[in-house]
Amino acid sequence: MAQVTTEQPAAATTTTEPPRRRSPWGAWAFWLARRLGLAILTLWLVSVLVFFATAALGDPIRAILGKDYESSPSRVATLEDQLNLDQPLVERYFDWLGGLLTGDLGTSLSNRLPVSELIGDRVVNTAVLVIVSAVVMIPVAFGIAMISANARGKRLDQVIQVILLGLAGVPEFVIGILLVALLSTTVFHVFPAVTISAGGEGPWQNPGSMVLPVLTLVLAIAPYVARIVRSTLLEVLDSDYVELARLKGIPEGVVMRKHALLNAIVPSIQVVALQLAWLAGGIVIVEYLFSYPGIGASLVDSVRNSDIPMVQALSMIIAAIYVGVNLIADVLSILFTPRARTAITS
Amino acid sequence: MSVLTTTSVRRVTRQKRLFVGMIITAVVVALAIVGPWIAPYGENEIVGKPFTHSGSFLGTDYLGQDVLTRVLAGGRSILVISVLATLLGMVGGILIGVVAAYVGGWFDEVVMRLNDVALAFPQILLALLVLSSVEQPKWWMIVLLVGASHAPRVARLARGVALGLVSRDFVASAEALGESRIRVVIAEVLPNMNAPLLAEAGLRLTYSIGMVAGLGFLGFSTDPGAADWGLMINENRLGLLVLPWGVLAPVIVIGVFTIGTNLMADGITQLAEKGDDS
Amino acid sequence: MTSVAPDETTPATNGPACSVDGLRVALTGRGIDVVDEIQLVLEPGEVVGLVGESGSGKTTVGTALLGYSRLGAFIERGHVMLGDRDVLSLGWKDVRQLRGEEIAYVPQDPASALNPTIRIGRQLVELLELRDIGTGTERDERARAGLAEVGLPNDDEFLQRYPHQLSGGQVQRVALAMAFLPRPKVLVLDEPTTGLDVTTQGMVLDTMNQLCRSHQVAALYVTHDLAVIANIADRVAVMYAGRIVELGPREALFDEPAHPYTRALLDAIPHLKQARALSGIPGRTPGPGRRPEGCRFHDRCAYAIDRCAEAEPELYDVAPGHTARCIRIDEIGRWDINLGTSHDTDPDKSRDVILAVRDLDVFYGHKQVVHDVDFDLARSECVALVGESGSGKTTISRCVGGLHRNWTGAIDFEGRELARGARRRSDEDRKRIQYIFQNPYLSLNPRMTIEQIVKRPMKLFGIAKGREATDRVVDLLEQVALGPGVLKLQTNRLSGGERQRVAIARALAAEPDVLVCDEITSALDVSVQGAIVELLEGLRNSRGISMLFVTHNLALVRSIAARVQILSGGRLVESGPVVEVMDRPRKDYTRELLANSPSID
Repeated sequence: MAQVTTEQPAAATTTTEPPRRRSPWGAWAFWLARRLGLAILTLWLVSVLVFFATAALGDPIRAILGKDYESSPSRVATLEDQLNLDQPLVERYFDWLGGLLTGDLGTSLSNRLPVSELIGDRVVNTAVLVIVSAVVMIPVAFGIAMISANARGKRLDQVIQVILLGLAGVPEFVIGILLVALLSTTVFHVFPAVTISAGGEGPWQNPGSMVLPVLTLVLAIAPYVARIVRSTLLEVLDSDYVELARLKGIPEGVVMRKHALLNAIVPSIQVVALQLAWLAGGIVIVEYLFSYPGIGASLVDSVRNSDIPMVQALSMIIAAIYVGVNLIADVLSILFTPRARTAITS
Repeated sequence: MSVLTTTSVRRVTRQKRLFVGMIITAVVVALAIVGPWIAPYGENEIVGKPFTHSGSFLGTDYLGQDVLTRVLAGGRSILVISVLATLLGMVGGILIGVVAAYVGGWFDEVVMRLNDVALAFPQILLALLVLSSVEQPKWWMIVLLVGASHAPRVARLARGVALGLVSRDFVASAEALGESRIRVVIAEVLPNMNAPLLAEAGLRLTYSIGMVAGLGFLGFSTDPGAADWGLMINENRLGLLVLPWGVLAPVIVIGVFTIGTNLMADGITQLAEKGDDS
Repeated sequence: MTSVAPDETTPATNGPACSVDGLRVALTGRGIDVVDEIQLVLEPGEVVGLVGESGSGKTTVGTALLGYSRLGAFIERGHVMLGDRDVLSLGWKDVRQLRGEEIAYVPQDPASALNPTIRIGRQLVELLELRDIGTGTERDERARAGLAEVGLPNDDEFLQRYPHQLSGGQVQRVALAMAFLPRPKVLVLDEPTTGLDVTTQGMVLDTMNQLCRSHQVAALYVTHDLAVIANIADRVAVMYAGRIVELGPREALFDEPAHPYTRALLDAIPHLKQARALSGIPGRTPGPGRRPEGCRFHDRCAYAIDRCAEAEPELYDVAPGHTARCIRIDEIGRWDINLGTSHDTDPDKSRDVILAVRDLDVFYGHKQVVHDVDFDLARSECVALVGESGSGKTTISRCVGGLHRNWTGAIDFEGRELARGARRRSDEDRKRIQYIFQNPYLSLNPRMTIEQIVKRPMKLFGIAKGREATDRVVDLLEQVALGPGVLKLQTNRLSGGERQRVAIARALAAEPDVLVCDEITSALDVSVQGAIVELLEGLRNSRGISMLFVTHNLALVRSIAARVQILSGGRLVESGPVVEVMDRPRKDYTRELLANSPSID
């Protein structure tokens, strides 16, 4: 109906010369380097924020010692010494940063042990938890989204929608506790409420105890992903080129797979990445709830004890995961969008 | 600007999600506000042995206080802090996002880069970071921390929406007429962002409640003895096997609250989509 | 002028390729019809034009031929006979089989109709692959041959491209090639040249014509553009509000239109060779469910009588093969095309220059897009800026209006130099030069009421306040043929034409001396365009307002402007009085442009 002629800057669109190609690998490498550079810059700024948020606010010694502050000036002095509080803030920051980059994450104030020793295993545990949750979540969310999109408008779709909507906003600890109440204690006694793992062995060696934490995480993030993927699918299914494909006489299955799915992937990747990045923060509460031996639970303990070096190191790790996941999502999005791909190589 | 006319009220009631969401939220809010006055016992009153069926039908908690009373009394602080934090986050985020979108150029670039840094934090992390060096958090600290963690996310959304608007012809038209910049933002851009901003506010409120209660659950409270839903969950965890209500009651209330606010936020989005037929 | 004579040697083989009978498409669940009583016959090798403005239902008819209806509507009854099979009574598997092979579709918006993530080489052969037609090499060859047929390169490099790497015209030709590849018998084209340059449009139409004639394909060309139809169609069907109101051979329809709506449409169309006093049709097109009782056009018809509201007319015979749905066709006399003719402006008329552009160079960032442009505008005069997309016409107009700041040179207004950018200009200058945008759906704040929108300039420029301002608003709205009833409404209740009138009213509220109109009718239906032009002409004569009118439609220029500047690639190609430039063009580019512009005369 509406005939709108768009004015473009002269000679920008009507050229029909073939797209120029620099060496594609060179262009890609350049672009990747830029993205990485930005990520590193972000992480550096994050480190500044982490350091100054912990070291500059309040009085860490008072926080650590609590009521003992008044009664033991000697401990105050020891701590002051330990924390190098006499040095100017900026110098301390660079000391700390230097340590981070060389692998020296500092010494835990509560345990007197090097931080890296204490968290080594825990990082692995958390990684397992996150990966397992992600691996379970993605097919579940996509599956529900596709079922819902297929049954668009019918009863099934509406019911699914309401359930997803309800779940999507509920805090993760609420989900976790209800699951515990349901499956662990009051109603059924199927799964353990607390992660049981003997020292040294990973919790995955006792898979039963991982079920609830994983289930909690999945239920916390899958609904949002499913909703976004569903609406993306619907948008694509309503698009002009899908309509044309149908008018060309292409069978529905092929339309779904070839035409619809590929175009729905990019927004889906972005929302999955968003939620996985959220996991970096969400594990804090979930691990604490289930006493899962990961960095989240560790963070809570460290914060409670005002164990500043631990807090700083763990925060950096979590932030790094967050930035890393977003970076991967960016790259994947570009890879799947031909328009952006060709823009890079030309 | 849309006014509360009979037509708009009718539109709201016809929109099931929004309506149901509003009702649920209103009920919980009313409960939280009025709760302490209708509670059968005092907040810290010991009515019996811990985790027994003394007191009202929900039993007692880890100290022997009445669970029902504490549930009724434990919503106020969460409510106030969540609402204030949401407000702070929204105002801050909108300011940053809209101004960045309008001014454009290098200002936009710089602001957004800084915003990206702020976004590199999982929301709860900022609060934990600060709490690690503070002994007893004040309530306004939590408001600030939670609000500050919302602001970059709101800013990103606001900027995205505003970007789509500032290049529109009607904004250009206002500029051609010579309207002052402030007026352009306030009268042309912002009113057209009503729907997505309201929906975002609902979403942020949902997350605020989750975070504030979550912080309570982790044990960081502003007033250890007072009734607080999040804190209650933490306090009564031991009793889960014996008398679960100390934990389950606040958990369910929090859950219902967030379902309500989320339904509202989604309902607003739906309403906007329907009404936007231009 | 691109007119292709229908090929005389097209024998009718085995009767019509496609015949539609009693087709009715209705809205799901509401029992309201979108289109009804549609009857059409398509012969092989013939092009039938299906013409209608927005809301007429023409696209619905087009897709119904493929057994397809949009979400929210369904095909209620009727027959679409392809040979001896009824498309509408087949199972969906069989329908799908038919699609692409027997009956193909070329969509309106080329860019969105091709899958952005699949290379065009693959999309071309997709259907053949699925139907297992030929071997891999054969399909490849056919694809290349198809591309060559539409005048596109067919080397490997081209086949590897993605849709976004092609220009609009190229994409549309790929869509054409894609449709013709399986050699269908019937082709439905849905406004396939919308948004394309006039030159590209000419190419695409030529290609289509050739393919249809050579492969004996029956084509249904759905469009709103009567000028295009005048050049390519053998027979024409005019639709209004879901009905076919007139059907007949091309010459008959254009020379002796029977139905009042057709006549009104033809009155609204500008001609290349002659200036006309364009006019519109009062009222607006009714959507499904809002159509009047009786004859659907009677509430807007100049010839309506009481009987027209009683019952819907049948299709009456006007002449052999020519029918019209009106009970008064014998009574309303012959239509005379000359009734609307008016005079070209006298090139030697004295001119009182009010705005002068000198040595204008415009930049986007570092790129120069307009080079060394000079022209001027006199009081009470309309100057047209004409060109294809990329010519710089909109850019120049934006500079004059103060919307673009990156330029050098001088724009003089009443002897004073204008500052770049509206903010730097004085209140007085800003007030006296007003800008009207192309897209009425985007140029008005959706959150403000009409009253607020039109009042704003008055407040800003201190012309009037409060009660007095409201009175003036009502007055202005009346002048643009909108009643005071719209005062408290928001724009979403108005049609495109009505919104554009509000935009004009807003511009007038500032009491300007110059109106810069940036393609203000390009997004509107032809009859609406006619009404707007009529309005503008009236304003120009009564208030002495000058206009800088940007457009790509040369025929429109003839009817509205006194002088014209032809632009290409950011440079002024030719300029002068309209009569001279259009009757005696001196530059080749102008000649080409005139030759490619579809026109009725």
